Amino acid sequence: MTPTTTLGYDDLPGLMTLMTGDEKHGASATSTLDAIWVLYDRVLRPGHDRFLLSKGHGPMAYYAVLAAKGHLTEDDLRGFGGPDSILGHHPDRTLVPGVEIGAGSLGHGLGLAVGTALGRRLRGSDARTVVLLGDAELEEGSNAEAIQYAGRAGLGGLTAVVIDNSSASLGWPGGIAQRFTVEGWSASDVDGRDHDALERALTERGDSPHVVVAHVERKDS
Amino acid sequence: MDQRERFYDLLPKLLGDDDRLVAVLAEIGAAYLNVTGIDPGPVADRVINVGIREQLLVGVAGGLALTGLRPIVHTFAPFLIERPFEQVKLDLGHQDVGAVLVSAGGSYDWPEGGETHMGPRDVALLDTLDGWTVHVPGHPDEAESLLRAAAHADGRVYVRLSADSNAHPHAGEDGRMAVLRRGSRGTVVAVGPMADRTLAATEGLDVTVLYAATVRPFDAETLRATLTEPDVVLVEPYLRDTSTPEVDRALQDVRHRVLGLGVGPSELRRYGSRADHDALRGLDEPGLRRSITSFLAESG
Repeated sequence: MTPTTTLGYDDLPGLMTLMTGDEKHGASATSTLDAIWVLYDRVLRPGHDRFLLSKGHGPMAYYAVLAAKGHLTEDDLRGFGGPDSILGHHPDRTLVPGVEIGAGSLGHGLGLAVGTALGRRLRGSDARTVVLLGDAELEEGSNAEAIQYAGRAGLGGLTAVVIDNSSASLGWPGGIAQRFTVEGWSASDVDGRDHDALERALTERGDSPHVVVAHVERKDS
Repeated sequence: MDQRERFYDLLPKLLGDDDRLVAVLAEIGAAYLNVTGIDPGPVADRVINVGIREQLLVGVAGGLALTGLRPIVHTFAPFLIERPFEQVKLDLGHQDVGAVLVSAGGSYDWPEGGETHMGPRDVALLDTLDGWTVHVPGHPDEAESLLRAAAHADGRVYVRLSADSNAHPHAGEDGRMAVLRRGSRGTVVAVGPMADRTLAATEGLDVTVLYAATVRPFDAETLRATLTEPDVVLVEPYLRDTSTPEVDRALQDVRHRVLGLGVGPSELRRYGSRADHDALRGLDEPGLRRSITSFLAESG
């Protein structure tokens, strides 16, 4: 779909307000906002690269970016969660233009992204598949299967973004990145609010899959 | 060559004929493809073995399907349907994409392996989901034609391969039930590999015997069109009563009786051979005959 309007980063809080009714948005609601914005504004090639939101919980930031980029209207946002709305509290790919996967149950996006990246590679495409997870979501064992396989398969077309707002109750001793690097991924640890740092990390390319661990404020801060 | 061997033999040919197809394996079948002279060769890049990772097996299939490819996903029934059930539900169903899931092992093709490798609950579990076509071939030839049809289709298809087969194929390719015998005292529906023993068990009984190699969608039309006395026996090679609600729906406007025969839900904790288990579970010829005769005798 071709974007029909283009709004900027500063418009995102207002777009989120259309959904939530809240003027202010907590760290939890905006933990993914900067990474998703940088992806859509600077990294993803429209109609070519794919973005899979695995952490479907708390999708307001995602919907706001989709609206800013013209995939959704402000009216769509106002209906958020309503009986006739296309926008649920978890996205449904069959309802929302521009949404690649239906998500909500944690631990599904990375496996789907591995399959998507494999499919693109089989078709000789250089397209990137980017999947976004949360640090708590990473606790699901299904992610371990996907991390292991993607590393062995040398899936250079795959980028995982892990938003780390320290919400995994048992924590990640030694850090999240090494869960990936030990399996053959390259990794970047960045400030999840620093757009230039995010852009640099998200455009890294190599022969192996890449993980960007984006650190933001603690969930309960 | 049994149904599973036929599948392994066919798979490289299917991939060679259609570059939309991708085989996704979780170790089971991978070694077989590589060592038996049916090395996939030129289609090797479309044989993806994710190792013993069954959640990923189905997740990868969903991702491949999202790029327009058609995955053929294979392992033993409990590891294909039960262990990654949420992936089957969400990564295929909720994403609204298609795939061909091909199981081996049936309900108890390896009884010596015990409960962990028995898969009688697969079709019943898929019945809780939307939009699945389910094939239960009763002969390697049927397995091949149903696999070919599934590969060329677009939707979500489950092909349940079994070590047991009938002596000859019975199924047409249209998904309809075949009439194996006509009678007037009731109808016995035999599914997949249960056909030969059902025919033997009903020898001399005045019943219609129908044969189904495709159970979803259930062919209500043929059941109704051939119905005599509204007494229906289902002989299914998986969890008993799996299709009983289908018969009830098909005959909603007719007072009827249904007997569902199949694998009971209790864990027997017995090893032995397939024949041992058929007998233990009342699914050998004498067991079926006892159950069917007794059910028909209760009538009116």
